[in-house]
Amino acid sequence: MFYRESGDFKTSYAEDQQSFPIKFDRYAIWILLGFAFFVVPFFINDYWEKSVLVPFLVWSMAALGLNILTGYCGQVSLGTGGFMAVGAYSCYKLMIAFPGMNIFIVVIIAGLITALVGIAFGLPSLRIKGFYLAVATLASQFFLIWMFNKIPWFYNYSASGMITAPERTMFGIAISGPSAPSWATYLFCLTLVTIFAFIARNLTRGRIGRAWKAIHDMDIAAEIIGIPPLQAKLSAFAISSFYIGMAGAMLFGVYLGSAEPGEAFGINVSFLVLFMVIVGGLGSILGSFLGAAFLILIPVLMKNIMVGGFGWPADLAAHLELVFIGGLIMFFLVVEPHGLAQLWRITKEKLRLWPFPH
Amino acid sequence: MSPLFLNALEVIVNGLMAGIMYSLVALGFVLIFKASGIFNYAQGVTALFAALTLVGFQTGQVPFAHLINTIFGTKIHHWGDGFNTILAIILTMLVMILFAWLLEKIVLKHMVNQAPIILFMTTIGLAYFMEGFGDLMWGADIKTMDVGLPSGGSLWLEDFTKGWAASGTEYYGMYIDVLDVWAAGIAILLVVALTLFSQYTKTGRALRAVADDHQAALTVGISLRTIWIIVWSLSGFVALVAGIMWGSKSGVQFSLSLIALKALPVLILGGFTSIPGAIIGGLIIGVGEKLFEYSVGGLLGGATENWFAYVLALAFLMFRPQGLFGEKIIERV
Repeated sequence: MFYRESGDFKTSYAEDQQSFPIKFDRYAIWILLGFAFFVVPFFINDYWEKSVLVPFLVWSMAALGLNILTGYCGQVSLGTGGFMAVGAYSCYKLMIAFPGMNIFIVVIIAGLITALVGIAFGLPSLRIKGFYLAVATLASQFFLIWMFNKIPWFYNYSASGMITAPERTMFGIAISGPSAPSWATYLFCLTLVTIFAFIARNLTRGRIGRAWKAIHDMDIAAEIIGIPPLQAKLSAFAISSFYIGMAGAMLFGVYLGSAEPGEAFGINVSFLVLFMVIVGGLGSILGSFLGAAFLILIPVLMKNIMVGGFGWPADLAAHLELVFIGGLIMFFLVVEPHGLAQLWRITKEKLRLWPFPH
Repeated sequence: MSPLFLNALEVIVNGLMAGIMYSLVALGFVLIFKASGIFNYAQGVTALFAALTLVGFQTGQVPFAHLINTIFGTKIHHWGDGFNTILAIILTMLVMILFAWLLEKIVLKHMVNQAPIILFMTTIGLAYFMEGFGDLMWGADIKTMDVGLPSGGSLWLEDFTKGWAASGTEYYGMYIDVLDVWAAGIAILLVVALTLFSQYTKTGRALRAVADDHQAALTVGISLRTIWIIVWSLSGFVALVAGIMWGSKSGVQFSLSLIALKALPVLILGGFTSIPGAIIGGLIIGVGEKLFEYSVGGLLGGATENWFAYVLALAFLMFRPQGLFGEKIIERV
């Protein structure tokens, strides 16, 4: 009924290769983007911005980055928090050093700096594999956080050791700082995420993405058929860190406004992003978004129901939330190890056949 | 001997003791990894959960009191004075076995043949679940644990070592926590017991067979599921021991679960599959991080213990990607 290819004729290679080959998908995505860009900004208020939409966009970006590394290239990383901290601190230093710089460019450069750091910490992946690598990436996590805590240059010798985002603008509108309007921060994040999700989608479909997938399946076999593991693995680390660094810069600059490394970028952050990727679906761009939405919205929802609805104490709600999220993750892995994206794929197949199941 | 040397010696001895404590946690990881190929991130939280349960039984807390009070508006908190230590330990062990059984029944039996990364994620989910569940059951406040182990510095040792320093220098003897010495003794006992168990009992042989090859073990009639329950109970037992030791040392609280993060570098340094590796890895890490903090840590601003273990393990891995004692990784296309 909905997902019919019939009547959807492709007359050129370009059409055949497009991102969304089915007409229904194409319309759906345009409508969604149109809604997000042209309708939501007029109705957004502070609550929706601060607790739902902006965190969702920021964490989607982080999940996209980790999905490139873990989902596509198969290198499990537990250093996401550390790399986000690199993004945040480079963003901070750039904001301070170049007050007039457009914040869009600041975020991009922060991403590039993180990419360099990512390459450095990705080097061991050539020799260390599997769980050994996962634990080794924890080295980057702990080392980077320690470094940002202990070297005063990074937090500009501020007394509290925290970093606070000054007001920076884009086209004369404040994006960071306390007086930034909701719609501006939302649109800023949305634009970045849309652009880079599109780029990620096409990267993973292209030559480099195929190389990653080959490495993911088996790196020795990939090497034999002529994929250089050095290039493939390090490019995955670089691009993944680029995304994660931008997410860190957005988290600090646009969303939180001020940050303390141990709290905002601790080991829990690494796990949170990993959960998003797992729950959403390893090796799926859509999955990154679904996973981020799921893990951002569930706590908000549960808190509203338990604390707001039943009037339960907040600590009890927090414990129940942990139980619920942990249980949910196990449930997902038992029922569908490939995540929400796979469920969506199955639904799509069902819709294609409907109303005539075979 | 100069006091500087003696101080360094004291640091080394304390490092060895700390290393033993890390090994206690790492042992639980190795047991499960060997028998089921699961990298059990939840080991640290399991230790916390075991310690919480033990304290709960000892002090006679009502489980889920907070939740029950919130829902029904009651005001229950304790049902009595609690059990004595031995009974409480036995009851806690039963809870850990029940827990292993439930885990196998509900989760693990569905996870046969999944990729290792998926299994790993499952245990992270489990860690979250148990953290919340433990807090829900026994409350999140910091508890003290007292199972009758002595603790504090040893005066005897201080007096004994005071004479070692060259005369005329300021030296007050070595400080070594008696609890650490006890922990070291218990850890050694535990390793001996585990080795004897796996070498000389029928179940132990079955465990090793499963560790060798799941399918081959199944064909000769070993029930994988029973073995898994046994292994998870065993690791629950190791977690209980670790929980008691760490709990007596630093109180039963959330940070107890973070010892898993301390055990991970021990694990990759020693190799995932080797019980002696876990011990020796623990000793190397313990001494290494204490010495590093003592010698250069001050120059770098302190708190280097957070990351030094990982960097050390990483450096080792560059030369031996399977850890010191791990099985050689053979890859075939």
